[in-house]
Amino acid sequence: MSGEGLTVRGLRVTFDGFTAVDGVDLDILPGDLRFLIGPNGAGKTTLVDAVTGLVRASGSVRFGGEELLGRPVHRVARLGIGRTFQTATVFEELTVLQNLDIAAGAGRGPLTMLRRRKGVPEEVTRALETTGLTALRDRPAGVLAHGQKQWLEIGMLLVKDVRLLLLDEPVAGMSHDEREATGRLLRRISGDRTVVVIEHDMDFMRSFARSVSVLHAGKVLSEGSVAEVQADARVQEVYLGRASEPEAQAAAVPVPEEA
Amino acid sequence: MTTTTPPAGKTATKPPVTEPPAPLLERFRVPGAFLLGALLLLGIAPLVLSDFRLNLLAKYLCYAIVAVGVSLAWGRGGLLVLGQGVFFGLGGYAMAMHLKLADAAVTGETLPDFMRLYGTGDALPWWWKPFANPAFALAMTVLLPMAVAALLGFFVFRRRVRGAYFAILSQALAAAFAIWLVGQQATTGGTNGLTDIQGFFGYDLGDPVNQRMVYVIVAAVLLLLMAAARQLFVSRYGELLVAVRDSEERVRFLGYNPANVKLVAYVVAAGMAGLAGALFVPAVGIISPALIGIVPSIGFVIGAAVGGRASLLGAVVGAIAVAWTQSTLSDAYPAAWTYLQGLLFVVAVGFLPGGLASLVTVLRRKRHTHDPATEGAA
Repeated sequence: MSGEGLTVRGLRVTFDGFTAVDGVDLDILPGDLRFLIGPNGAGKTTLVDAVTGLVRASGSVRFGGEELLGRPVHRVARLGIGRTFQTATVFEELTVLQNLDIAAGAGRGPLTMLRRRKGVPEEVTRALETTGLTALRDRPAGVLAHGQKQWLEIGMLLVKDVRLLLLDEPVAGMSHDEREATGRLLRRISGDRTVVVIEHDMDFMRSFARSVSVLHAGKVLSEGSVAEVQADARVQEVYLGRASEPEAQAAAVPVPEEA
Repeated sequence: MTTTTPPAGKTATKPPVTEPPAPLLERFRVPGAFLLGALLLLGIAPLVLSDFRLNLLAKYLCYAIVAVGVSLAWGRGGLLVLGQGVFFGLGGYAMAMHLKLADAAVTGETLPDFMRLYGTGDALPWWWKPFANPAFALAMTVLLPMAVAALLGFFVFRRRVRGAYFAILSQALAAAFAIWLVGQQATTGGTNGLTDIQGFFGYDLGDPVNQRMVYVIVAAVLLLLMAAARQLFVSRYGELLVAVRDSEERVRFLGYNPANVKLVAYVVAAGMAGLAGALFVPAVGIISPALIGIVPSIGFVIGAAVGGRASLLGAVVGAIAVAWTQSTLSDAYPAAWTYLQGLLFVVAVGFLPGGLASLVTVLRRKRHTHDPATEGAA
């Protein structure tokens, strides 16, 4: 159970003079299923990189009362924050079960590590069921279908009782059915946990997002429910614009300044 | 892998499920192979081999002990350890220093023979003194290489030095260590190294019976270390090490520090190399910079590469086979061996990354792709 959300204040990431993330404020409530959308180069992935300690950033990122900035990647991960990458990275030569067991194991003592795995830990069994991979548990992860690899990655976050999941384009390259299944999986796992999804797929976003933040040029352009964001003229201009419905353009909803 | 694949669909799994017992053959495959190896090394080899051959085999088995560590660090951990000579040398010199001091004590001298020849003073250097104690020297043969590896690995892995850079760095260290030893003629014997070792904890190494005893010790240590390495391979740590090899970043995001995972493999491999070096000294009677520099360091990994670095048995058999080929061929064609060695390394790494241990699998797969008629036959 997450009793706390993610609070980002004045987050700024600069690479050699180029500002990729330029003073982002975000408040993501516990149990939310938040979609981060925005055109290429808007700073979505960089934002997640900063939160998870992969790139240096200034400002403040707090989760569960803990400041995340300045911590090395593995320490951020130990606070219950997990992420996936655009390309599914599972351990291809290990089985589904071994992948999940390793994911569950950070913090195991040396004696446990030096022993052979006996049986299946309970959290691994649960993650296998949640992600629907039970029947494939003894297969090497390398032979899984693309969608199944993404679900395995999500499963690898679930086993360690992650409270905040940051998913980078989880449905990219998936078939329609796989997208639906992934959406339902995200619905199921949010609520108990906070889920942040970077996504390009607008249909997927409309079907499953509880709330949306639109990023543009390193800044938060708009924030709110799917309907609110879609009605935002500025959003339409930079992102949805060219293909959007004319009646929505008239309703220039003021952008809610970050609460 | 033998797996009794569960039927598709929801199988009701009770929380602490024990793995289904493997088929009988599979369950006794590893202990069976181990017993067979023990029988070969400890039973048959001493019976059928001459003193000379058995002594050579003891030397090869020392290389095989290094290969056990290489298999762990490189095969499983992806660390191309091209500088194992340093650790082999540290273990070898620690042992040889003690044996030289013990030899000198037998004849009533306080200094080893080479110091009396080249030494500047009459006093034993301070850092030699503790090695007069056999327990200290024995402990140092393993602890010293492990400590050096821990120190080096701590900085190198934390700085995320990996791949070719790590290989070059470890090789440079081997070169530096050998060069330093050569420069310290008065205290390390310089280019000659520590030679002409007579006794081994009170046993005369000139006596063939004692040489056989040394062989038995080497073989027993190899078998023990193989058993220990096998346990590491199948443990959760072993799975994690493979995960680090395949995707270090991913492991980091799971909350592990991959630097520590690699450090353990590196330090254990260094300890094994040190022990191998220590056993090499009574088996061969010498340790010198030429045995631990760049060329021998590459030699340590070639056996594992040829045999199959990820397979423990492959690495060990490969190390023994390459060492045997080397001493057979380098007698007849001394110059050709170096070329052949390089060629073996390139061919194994480039074309058969799994080594000879994977040959059967690779050939079977090839045949199947070329000739669909045989598919499903094997």
